[in-house]
Amino acid sequence: MSFTHRIGPKSYVFSDLKDLMAKATPPRSGDMLAGLSATSAQENVAARMCLADLPLKHFLSEALIPYEADEVTRLILDTHDGTAFAPVSAMTVGDFRDFLLSDAATPAALAALAPGLMPEMAAAVSKIMRNQDLVLAARKCRVVTRFRNTIGLPGTMAVRLQPNHPTDDPAGVSATILDGLLYGSGDAVIGINPASDSLPVIERLLNLMDAVISRFEIPTQHCVLTHITTSIDLMNRGAPVDLVFQSIAGTEGANHSFGVSLSVLKEGYEAAKALKRGTIGQNAMYFETGQGSALSAGAHHGVDQQTCEARAYAVARAFEPLLVNTVVGFIGPEYLYDGKQIIRAGLEDHFCGKLLGVPLGCDVCYTNHAEADQDDMDTLLTMLAAAGVTYVMGIPGADDVMLNYQSTSFHDALYVREVFGLRRAPEFEAWLARMGITGADGRLLTPSANHPLLGFVAERAA
Amino acid sequence: MIARDPWLAFARHTPARIALGRTGASLPTAEVLRFALAHAQARDAVHMPFDADAVARGIADLGFSVLRAASAAPARDVYLRRPDLGRRLGDASRVALAGGSGAPADLAIVVADGLSSAAVHAQAVPFLAAFKPWIAAQGWRCAPVVVAEQARVALGDEVGVLLKARAVAVLIGERPGLSSPDSLGLYLTLAPAQGRSDAERNCISNVRGAGLSHAAAAFKLAWLLKEAFRRGVTGIALKDESDLLLEGATPPGRLPA
Repeated sequence: MSFTHRIGPKSYVFSDLKDLMAKATPPRSGDMLAGLSATSAQENVAARMCLADLPLKHFLSEALIPYEADEVTRLILDTHDGTAFAPVSAMTVGDFRDFLLSDAATPAALAALAPGLMPEMAAAVSKIMRNQDLVLAARKCRVVTRFRNTIGLPGTMAVRLQPNHPTDDPAGVSATILDGLLYGSGDAVIGINPASDSLPVIERLLNLMDAVISRFEIPTQHCVLTHITTSIDLMNRGAPVDLVFQSIAGTEGANHSFGVSLSVLKEGYEAAKALKRGTIGQNAMYFETGQGSALSAGAHHGVDQQTCEARAYAVARAFEPLLVNTVVGFIGPEYLYDGKQIIRAGLEDHFCGKLLGVPLGCDVCYTNHAEADQDDMDTLLTMLAAAGVTYVMGIPGADDVMLNYQSTSFHDALYVREVFGLRRAPEFEAWLARMGITGADGRLLTPSANHPLLGFVAERAA
Repeated sequence: MIARDPWLAFARHTPARIALGRTGASLPTAEVLRFALAHAQARDAVHMPFDADAVARGIADLGFSVLRAASAAPARDVYLRRPDLGRRLGDASRVALAGGSGAPADLAIVVADGLSSAAVHAQAVPFLAAFKPWIAAQGWRCAPVVVAEQARVALGDEVGVLLKARAVAVLIGERPGLSSPDSLGLYLTLAPAQGRSDAERNCISNVRGAGLSHAAAAFKLAWLLKEAFRRGVTGIALKDESDLLLEGATPPGRLPA
């Protein structure tokens, strides 16, 4: 079905729904690379006007990627909750934006609505929202998850402590874990991207993190971000796996390029839950996503990258994750060219994820061949904090020496806490105070040279 | 005013920026500026114009014949937005290479700017100086070395076809990290042809002073090339076992028979 929008004497024609969605998307290099973007600024706005007039329920009758061809489409349509959708079923995309920003859209109303929303609906409305709209609406969405602590409570923001090392050296990893903990980071997860794929190396990292968490009774969880099939192997060997990680995308083909399918994800999810390693909850999955992955895999079906990304959140929510984050600026300038595009994409991803009921965090990041710098990251981090982001990354000095990109630092998290008064996960906050790392007000104390955490690193270095 | 961290001694275990200290919630001035300098070095590595003349001269001085080429990406900003253009030759280069090719060769070598011309400026000539004795020792016939501008790895496939090479090695500037702005990557592909996937290549990365030495990288490439010819494959089916022969960081003087 084609769509036409008239502005004065000029008619703009969009060949089908995915063409309309792509041309309505704020400009970004990945859609240009795919040949999907609007060819003029006016066509871009015409597409947004046309999209605003589209009834939301149209998405239930026209699949962007055919039901027969894609298991993600089947998941989305088969699990759609018509009762939850009912309150907005008569709205157009434009009405839906107005609703989201209205006082009627309370946190409770939005939480009840989430199972009734398809990712394509979230993507569509985001395309006609300004950055401030994406902040305001996301801030009203509450998603709370639990494993050994409580993530996502209003007024909190968590941090993933990311102690990567170029050779997975135990002393080096331990030193960075210590640095992060003493800077008050690590409530979301202590999560390592390993340099090696080797099972013994990964098992050693798991044992190391397990030792520090159990020895100091830290109310947090750990993860080695390795392929889900590797985690399944490690669980079968009896290794201490807290969270099971996987990169996911919004189409079956892109997931195939990551070496996964919904059934493989289900296998990992069930294995992790069966271990019951969580103390106050069993949200045991950790997913990462990012705009451009479907195009990069040649599996985007002519659908714009932001809509593909929103579909990844439908995959995520099927497995009750503790944490999901978009690695927004990692993929490179051929998908998100500069700071402006990265900032926009980060806010879109966070909004869409939260609206769909997913505990979305963001790796606020960039590579050195993108037109971006620390100032852009400060802007995105500040806006995401205002939007109630679930968690961000914590990396020493923002420089990931294994993955060669820049993310957010332990200091950045302290900045956000100071500006917005954001607190840590309550169990972790209490632990920091108990360990003398923070005072009663949550601010860092001057650390002692005899702190017991220092002894842990000294042992690993010996 | 600056709160120093009493675990600074642990910084020797990791290149990560730990124990930076703080003023309030924020980084000390010296750390903000140190980071800015590292980012500036990485940015300049991406955007520094590629001095293909000097690189070509240096390679010719080693005794290689040299050809020049450019990808279909006319400028750096286009190159960054359009990876597809960086993967194929410009029309003029295609004609020139087709005309300049001689007898079939065992190996074609492409020296490509990639994402760090600084890496190619610093590493390409010393690496080739270290690799040349391996070519001689194995008796491999080498096509002229192609110095390619605005190029990505897959450009080597088209070059390999035009130069009738059994294998192509692409030496390319890697995406610069904050602490490694001048790192060279080596990609080896047997039976180069358009449409080869990255899973069909072997990669040796982090070739630079503070990373993998030129001598060790040259040995690893020679090992991979010999094994590729022997087993008829590169990529995920050819596992790099050359580390087993390295004694510390020092490569042996010859390949095993």
